[in-house]
Amino acid sequence: MATVKDLDLKVEYVTRVEGHGNIVANVKNGKIEKCEFHVVETPRLFEGMLRGRSIFEAQHITSRICGICSCGHSLASVKAAEDALGVTPTEQTVKLRKLLLDYEFLDSHILHVYLLAAPDVLGVPSFIPLIASHNKTVRQVLRLKKAVNDCCDILVGRHIHPITMIAGGWTKLPSKKEIDAQIKLLEGMAEDLGEVLKLAKTLKFPDFHRKTEYVALVSDDAEYPLLNGDIGSTEGKRVSYKDYKKSTNEFVDPRSSAKFSKWSGDSVFVGALARFNLNAHKLHPKAKALAKELGFKPVCDNPFMNTVAQVVEIVHCYYHALEILKDLKKTGLDYSQQLTVGVNEKGAVPVRAGDGVGSVEVPRGILHHNYVTDKNGMIKQANCIIPTNQNVNNIEHDFAKFLPEILNEGKDKIRLKLEMLVRAYDPCISCSAHYLDVTFVE
Amino acid sequence: MKTAKKPVKTPAKAPKAAAKPKVAFFDFASCEGCQLQITNLGELLLDVLGAIDVVEFREAISEKWDGDYDVVFIEGSIGDHHAEERLKKIRARAKVLIAYGACACTGGVNGMKNSFELDEIRQSVYGKDYKLFDSTATKAVDQVVKVDYYINGCPVYAPEILEVVKHALRGLPYTVPDNPVCAECKLNENVCMYERGVACLGPWTKAGCNSWCVNNGNICYGCRGEVKNPAKNANDVISKYNLKPELIKGKFDMYNKCKEGVK
Repeated sequence: MATVKDLDLKVEYVTRVEGHGNIVANVKNGKIEKCEFHVVETPRLFEGMLRGRSIFEAQHITSRICGICSCGHSLASVKAAEDALGVTPTEQTVKLRKLLLDYEFLDSHILHVYLLAAPDVLGVPSFIPLIASHNKTVRQVLRLKKAVNDCCDILVGRHIHPITMIAGGWTKLPSKKEIDAQIKLLEGMAEDLGEVLKLAKTLKFPDFHRKTEYVALVSDDAEYPLLNGDIGSTEGKRVSYKDYKKSTNEFVDPRSSAKFSKWSGDSVFVGALARFNLNAHKLHPKAKALAKELGFKPVCDNPFMNTVAQVVEIVHCYYHALEILKDLKKTGLDYSQQLTVGVNEKGAVPVRAGDGVGSVEVPRGILHHNYVTDKNGMIKQANCIIPTNQNVNNIEHDFAKFLPEILNEGKDKIRLKLEMLVRAYDPCISCSAHYLDVTFVE
Repeated sequence: MKTAKKPVKTPAKAPKAAAKPKVAFFDFASCEGCQLQITNLGELLLDVLGAIDVVEFREAISEKWDGDYDVVFIEGSIGDHHAEERLKKIRARAKVLIAYGACACTGGVNGMKNSFELDEIRQSVYGKDYKLFDSTATKAVDQVVKVDYYINGCPVYAPEILEVVKHALRGLPYTVPDNPVCAECKLNENVCMYERGVACLGPWTKAGCNSWCVNNGNICYGCRGEVKNPAKNANDVISKYNLKPELIKGKFDMYNKCKEGVK
């Protein structure tokens, strides 16, 4: 096929991603004039709306930033709130939060890998044609998703907008029976999981490489860091989560209305591939074995492999969740830690004025919440920095290198491959509803 | 705080049960969690998909459709000029329109924007360039176009989705329960949140969620909207527990600011 000399491509509302984003590509006489990814979500102004609300309502409200990532936002939110209040969560609370994060990864990654990304690789426009062509797999995937959802229902009341996990601890702790029920649900997933992993091993992705800086939580202990840690990068940087602004470095580029992120270089990549590149040695042995079988090694600089990194994390989180549950079964839970908080009418949690940050790895990358509160625990300023925002700049840098490499493939293929590249990042655009920073007014 | 709605009438042009209706999902300002509730139905999803013909569902599929729709689900609230125009165009092509989830039904959490002076809150988030991003006061879907069915909740409650969809596909009216969450809470034998020392919006909020949050040890946040005629008992709650009306009003603003003063 002849090289495309002139191209005027506009993909309005990229499908099979969360939220609204457009791709704009212009080529004139074989020269790329423009290749951009635009976030066009209606501004929802969450950070503005949080002002004047109680810090004890922040989790409930910010969970609504995104349905897919609601557990992730909740975790960043309660951590930021506790950091502001000066509350240290108990060991039990932390353990249960790690379990919730495992469920969040399982649910989100299964959805993305099999229902949103796989159709591209299998050459169909959505998972609906797969119901006919890959009926068994679709059923297995839906069963897996349902099992994880059922686990979430038990642990936090529901997966979308969790109920029981709040700043300070938990409003309801799972009973012994409910711990057993979660173990049973997870163990029941083993066969389906094994089967769908076979399919994952056959997925082939475009061979595209670009060096960039990968950013994720890092820690000194042996656990694959998802809930706690410092912020690190493949360029050897490391800062405390409190200094998150150093790693996100938002800046305005006159080409686009979105705010971009960079750290040491031109752009940063956050997400499963970044975590794999920084922390692969801490993965569960079963996940390590899968990565080895796939010939997948850090540092991998093919963004399409983000989907493969998600597959590896599915295995990690599955076994990690089971280990936590079995440990909880052995030690039992301390139910005296159950809390009734509301907006803290009873003063169940001590309140002070503060400035708190919560940084958590969520399926799409590192997420930061930051709240400034007054002495009554009312929010004065809020800031949420979303993984997808941090990636937009990297997506555009990928475009600039990728488009010339595929210019001879014809308009339809170009369009599909650019869309696939965006989807590989698993962008969550509702989350990015803020893309200009908040200035803290003290 | 009154959010009384007219009773839902049978839509005139509902599709016949025999035809495989063309169904589309559209999302406006929202977290898209209510769409996701559909994929969380598990294998049951395949049964639902067997009964309908999904022609547009951007979050899940790439297919697009340019004909008329038998049933559309509208998720999200309306918060800019473009969204308002887009919604009107969708309504013109839809026989039946379902407001799907709290943002669509009451404006949801997006309504909190309306508690602030519009330019002030825009500037607080986007700084001096705030005018780059169009933003209007949040509206619920029925504040822009006619709505045939409501599926309340943040997020929507799966058993109710199936119930409303069954009614909509058959052209039957569906009446949203208009008794308070407390009715369900009692059946679930929860200890009243007021007895546990915290304020809860159950006495004023429409039931139908099976007192989801209170079953899980949290309070009711009022996501399903206010009952038409709060019982006298609800006033008793205010006096019995010596509540400040501002506290309850502030809590209600989280989901119901758009419907403030709407009779």
